[in-house]
Amino acid sequence: MGALLQVANLHAWYGESHVLHGVDMTVGEGETITILGRNGVGKTTTLRTIMGIIRERKGEIRFGGRDMLPVPLHRTAHAGIGFVPEERGIFASLTVEENLLLPPVVAGGGMPLEEIYDLFPNLLERRTSQGTKLSGGEQQMLAMARILRTGVRLLILDEPTEGLAPVIVQRIGEVLQKLKARGMTVLLVEQNFRFASKIADRFYLMDHGRMVADFPVAELPDRMTMLHKVLGV
Amino acid sequence: MADLTATPTEAKSIARLEWLLVAIGIVGLLAAPFFLYPIFLMQIMCFALFACAFNLLLGYTGLLSFGHAAFFGGAAYFCAHAVKVWGWPPEAGILLGTAGAAVLGLVMGFFAIRRQGIYFAMITLALAQMFFFFCVQAPFTRGEDGIQGVPRGFLFGLIDLSRPLGIYYVVLGIFLIGVFAIWRIVNSPFGMILRSIRENENRAISLGYSIANYKLAAFVMSAALAGLAGATKAIVFQFATLTDVTWQMSGEVILMTLLGGIGTMVGPMVGAAFIVTLQNTLATSGFPVTIATGVIFMACVLLFRRGIVGEIYARLLGGSKS
Amino acid sequence: MTTIFGIPLAAFLGQLLIGLINGSFYAMLSLGLAVIFGLLRVINFAHGAQYMLGAFVALLLLQYLGVDYWLALIIAPLVVGLFGALIERTMLSRLYDLDPLYGLLFTFGLALAIEGTFRYLYGAAGQPYSVPPALAGGTNLGFMFLPNYRGWVVAVSLVTCLGTWLLIEKTRLGAYLRAATENTVLVQAFGINVPLLLTFTYGLGAALAAFAGVLAAPIYQVSPLMGTNLIIVVFAVVVVGGMGSILGAVVTGYMLGLAEGLTKVFYPEASNIVVFVIMAVVLLVRPAGLFGKDA
Repeated sequence: MGALLQVANLHAWYGESHVLHGVDMTVGEGETITILGRNGVGKTTTLRTIMGIIRERKGEIRFGGRDMLPVPLHRTAHAGIGFVPEERGIFASLTVEENLLLPPVVAGGGMPLEEIYDLFPNLLERRTSQGTKLSGGEQQMLAMARILRTGVRLLILDEPTEGLAPVIVQRIGEVLQKLKARGMTVLLVEQNFRFASKIADRFYLMDHGRMVADFPVAELPDRMTMLHKVLGV
Repeated sequence: MADLTATPTEAKSIARLEWLLVAIGIVGLLAAPFFLYPIFLMQIMCFALFACAFNLLLGYTGLLSFGHAAFFGGAAYFCAHAVKVWGWPPEAGILLGTAGAAVLGLVMGFFAIRRQGIYFAMITLALAQMFFFFCVQAPFTRGEDGIQGVPRGFLFGLIDLSRPLGIYYVVLGIFLIGVFAIWRIVNSPFGMILRSIRENENRAISLGYSIANYKLAAFVMSAALAGLAGATKAIVFQFATLTDVTWQMSGEVILMTLLGGIGTMVGPMVGAAFIVTLQNTLATSGFPVTIATGVIFMACVLLFRRGIVGEIYARLLGGSKS
Repeated sequence: MTTIFGIPLAAFLGQLLIGLINGSFYAMLSLGLAVIFGLLRVINFAHGAQYMLGAFVALLLLQYLGVDYWLALIIAPLVVGLFGALIERTMLSRLYDLDPLYGLLFTFGLALAIEGTFRYLYGAAGQPYSVPPALAGGTNLGFMFLPNYRGWVVAVSLVTCLGTWLLIEKTRLGAYLRAATENTVLVQAFGINVPLLLTFTYGLGAALAAFAGVLAAPIYQVSPLMGTNLIIVVFAVVVVGGMGSILGAVVTGYMLGLAEGLTKVFYPEASNIVVFVIMAVVLLVRPAGLFGKDA
């Protein structure tokens, strides 16, 4: 199980503002990694920089051994990385099914449409509705489902449970467990650490634009005091 | 268009530089008719004033009007008609032209202000085209022929405008008055508010300014000053034609301003001088001016958005801005 | 003879037909503008020039290669569409991050350059292009005489507008376009080549304009000036309709053409400004446009 994603000394800028100050991170194949940290420390920025949405970046990003820095944004998915943004990004001018079918299939091994509808029966039922008519939880399901069809190897999720009811959160957890069982590699940013602790293999803690700690899930209870302090929870 | 502005300290250095240029410019213009054809210089001054008036709206308020020819050409028609048909003295004709342009500006502005950005530009274009069709059909404009043979007359009954030097210094005076008026507007509290509208309209609204009124006022002032330029041009060249109210003319003044430098006082003058010279040169060569204008437009927008003067200022102030 | 409002019915319907035909062109051209604006956020001032190019390509194909109208209907849009795509790829795409007014200014310059070139080569006068033999003559409908070519134009324009609407609303490509209009970054993150999509869209818009140009050639003369005067009216149509929807652009185009036709019957002097007057009224009453979504 080698490192599928290797990030070393990653710096990034929003215009003049230097927002990532040397992020180091590895994600092994099949692992589920969670990034923790207070608001504004650069968690979302890290995800967006890895994805290539933020282009003012320096350092090293290797995916499956391949240098991702020169890859244009519209080729990143084809390398095998899928992205579910914080705002979910469901398109209002598309139906649910159009939203679902939008991201092109980039590799074999993606979930076929019937299987996706089995996993998410609401989406089948509402498939001709306008995408944004779904509830928040359903939109999150849709945002995840559409990536599952594409056959990506690494799934990047930005705060998937934010603002959702506990019942939906549980559902998302189940979906992620299923994906993990199929060998999907997952990188997520999550504020809800009860949720994260149930699915993650390892945690990174971020502060001021860099990683300040990383530990496996087994060490989580020992780290709680430190986490309470840093996260101010 | 907000990416072309200078910070307050830079603005001070620019202002000082501009004072120097103004001094040199005035001296130069006083001496110029002895070296260059007065008609050519007067043509430049009329268009320079037109461009400066236009820039009041674009560079300082951030509004792109695509119909300024209506004010320029409309004023030319009003003035020409008054002077030729009603026998008015030239100063009255010019005042009428300016006032007429202001009224036209009030009407057009009233409608255009209701939308922003691109839509504002499209509305001004459409309204100006409406005015163009009116000019095509209205009897007083004499259609395709235009109003020809406008007498120059005596300014205030004293100055003989049929003499080249006489009319030259009068036009120079009008030009300087017009530019001075623009300069005063731009540097007044009113002008500051206009600039804030250009920078960040929502912020200006939240500060309590009823920006629609400010925009309309700026529009009317810009129209009036463009009218001043047009009416003066009618006296200088002694005719007013449909060419002055076409969308191509509206496009030309935009190009002069863009080429010279949006948001600088001197830029539009430089742009006007450049384009007028280019047109006069090409007129004899037979190369179509529209192609040259179009290509320069595209090149400016792609590569040269700060314009001649904008680029010079940027280099003088050290380093390049985005 | 039957009269309506004091005017002979045949004459009245004749003017309405002309209005409907003008409306067909307004609809097709505002459709093209709306498609380009929707995705690229650029007002394509060169749209009129591309319309003119379509007509000229048809004329030149006939004069130099003996290629007839029917082939020209396919070749001209292809040629002009490719030319448009080239312009977008090499120049227009550099302006997307800037204030949208620069896009308008750039395409304005492009329009001037194209029109200037053709004016230089062919003069300002129009050249005739004959109606293809298959569509010559007319049909007597009883209440009026319908020239076949005019009927053809109206029919084709309806089909084109419908076809474009179907392309955008019902196909996968259309879904890509609609999604990219909402969020270009995310759509690229999914692996869709949005820059290519933008190029395609501009090319498609230009091709639509050129297609309208070929349709127009037998009706209006083929002249370098035919585009720009038309495009200013189309801008007014677009302001009236609002840029929000394709359907809005099309419906407004036909409606305003008919309004123009009606005005020609009762008050001919006002017919070339009635569209602008309607625009002024709409601006007072409903500034966002009849179908507009954004203010």
